[in-house]
Amino acid sequence: MNLARRTLIGIPYLWLLLLFLVPFGIIFKISLSDYAVSIPPYTPTLDLSEGWQGIRDFFGALDWENYVFLTEDDLYWRAYLSSLKIAAISTFLTLCVGYPIAYGMAKSAPEWRPMLMMLVILPFWTSFLIRVYAWIGILSTEGYLNQFLLWVGIISDPLQIMNTPTAVYIGIVYTYLPFMILPIYATLERMDESLLEAAEDLGCSRLSAFWIVTFPLSRSGIIAGSFLVFIPALGEFVIPSLLGGSSTLMIGKVLWEEFFSNRDWPVASAVAIILLLILVIPIILFQKNQEKNQEADT
Amino acid sequence: MRRFSWFNATALTMGFAFLYIPMVILVIYSFNSSRLVTVWAGFSTHWYGELFRDQAFLDAAWVTLRVAFVSSTFATVLGTMAAYVMVRGGKFMGRTLFSGMIYAPLVMPEVITGLSLLLLFISIGLDRGIVTIILAHTTFSMCYVSVVVSSRLVSFDRSVEEAALDLGCTPFDAFKSVTLPLIAPAVIAGWLLAFTLSLDDLVIASFTAGPSATTLPIKIFSSVRLGVSPEINALSTILLLLVTIGVVTASLVSKRRIIQQKRDEQLAEQAPQ
Repeated sequence: MNLARRTLIGIPYLWLLLLFLVPFGIIFKISLSDYAVSIPPYTPTLDLSEGWQGIRDFFGALDWENYVFLTEDDLYWRAYLSSLKIAAISTFLTLCVGYPIAYGMAKSAPEWRPMLMMLVILPFWTSFLIRVYAWIGILSTEGYLNQFLLWVGIISDPLQIMNTPTAVYIGIVYTYLPFMILPIYATLERMDESLLEAAEDLGCSRLSAFWIVTFPLSRSGIIAGSFLVFIPALGEFVIPSLLGGSSTLMIGKVLWEEFFSNRDWPVASAVAIILLLILVIPIILFQKNQEKNQEADT
Repeated sequence: MRRFSWFNATALTMGFAFLYIPMVILVIYSFNSSRLVTVWAGFSTHWYGELFRDQAFLDAAWVTLRVAFVSSTFATVLGTMAAYVMVRGGKFMGRTLFSGMIYAPLVMPEVITGLSLLLLFISIGLDRGIVTIILAHTTFSMCYVSVVVSSRLVSFDRSVEEAALDLGCTPFDAFKSVTLPLIAPAVIAGWLLAFTLSLDDLVIASFTAGPSATTLPIKIFSSVRLGVSPEINALSTILLLLVTIGVVTASLVSKRRIIQQKRDEQLAEQAPQ
């Protein structure tokens, strides 16, 4: 192995080791430490000047206390469960909104498609924060939606949507919609039209041809899109804190507050480790789905 | 023959209305003269003036641009190297770990990435500021760059590289004069992606920024928490305008390149006759 190849592999490898893997070791270590009123606010810290005894003391002081604490306080249980619920419901809603759009795009005239693709991708490039912010003005009690509904006369009292889970669902569907549309569109666009014609020739109605032929064939796109929405939605912080108010409990927000408001770093680290363990399952499933698609392509 | 379908037309209209109406409202109300954001009181560019007189916003914008420029450049170099290693590197020790470390940050919740980097910086005693934000942004965006570049590396014909090597190029020369021009569009796209990700990031920047450095998203977030404000509307409009110009230009350029390529191919086919 020559030197050039070693440096080429070595530089990105070392970078990721130092700034990605080592920090996880540190999170794990701090999740086993105790809270302390000091800087940094946890104990023990490794003191190498005391030699071997220092290292022994250091490992002796680590324990699973914070994890036990997480299981005892039902705030954390509720936060994990409610994050899972919110992520699952909003993934389903995103699918319901995104599928017809992807379908419409795939069935549109080919010369329109690049333009439609650009229109879907454009919001993805614009600031996430601004797209969430745009909904505050729409959903608030004296916001544009309530003004409009009152003016039309559908409602007589303003709706309370801001600071409820509904606002969080809307926020997630809105910001993650491109992630759902693009993979579904990719599978639908590749689909062989003659299959549909065959189904219709054999006496299927257009609707049942859709359920028997199109929908199953777009399954891999649906699965990919759902994971692309579900995984980031689970750890979401910005949307619940701007639209959800204090009534919406999500684990990303709990972690943030544990860290910035309570300054309890060991508990925040334990919260992070458990969130990671929960995420491992959907991530592995997603990876499996992607591998299967790649095999199907070749 | 394609039939015009009312269902598809409705789905597309409603879908794009949902995607774009919130942003259009934001832009319209940035020209509202009233401080009460939800009540229209006449056209005015007052809030744009306010925004440009607000030193805190200008400072934050300057920090954000510097961070985004430096981190996306580092990320592009490191990400391209990582992609090259993954696609052309062959077998080496710890390859599985390497590919895991490239893909994991893409799905990692930002709160965890931010927390872990902050704890690292504190335990090695690095003062939080612009440098730590740059390190953090480089780390997660290099993974995005590497994914974009490696998809391009996989798809092009390897024999041109081999031809260059057979004709006496050193591997480095072959990379510089053959591979790099071929993957250039993906490298540029990767840089742009890294740049936007950095401009946009709130969570990781909040963890890794110290009191000395505030980025634009951190500033926006702290003022948005207090409610809707007309200055933020004006700022959003400017950002939306810049992104729209960027995306439209990029798609026009790539469209022109495709047309040019087709024309070249046609000419090449006609040449022998």
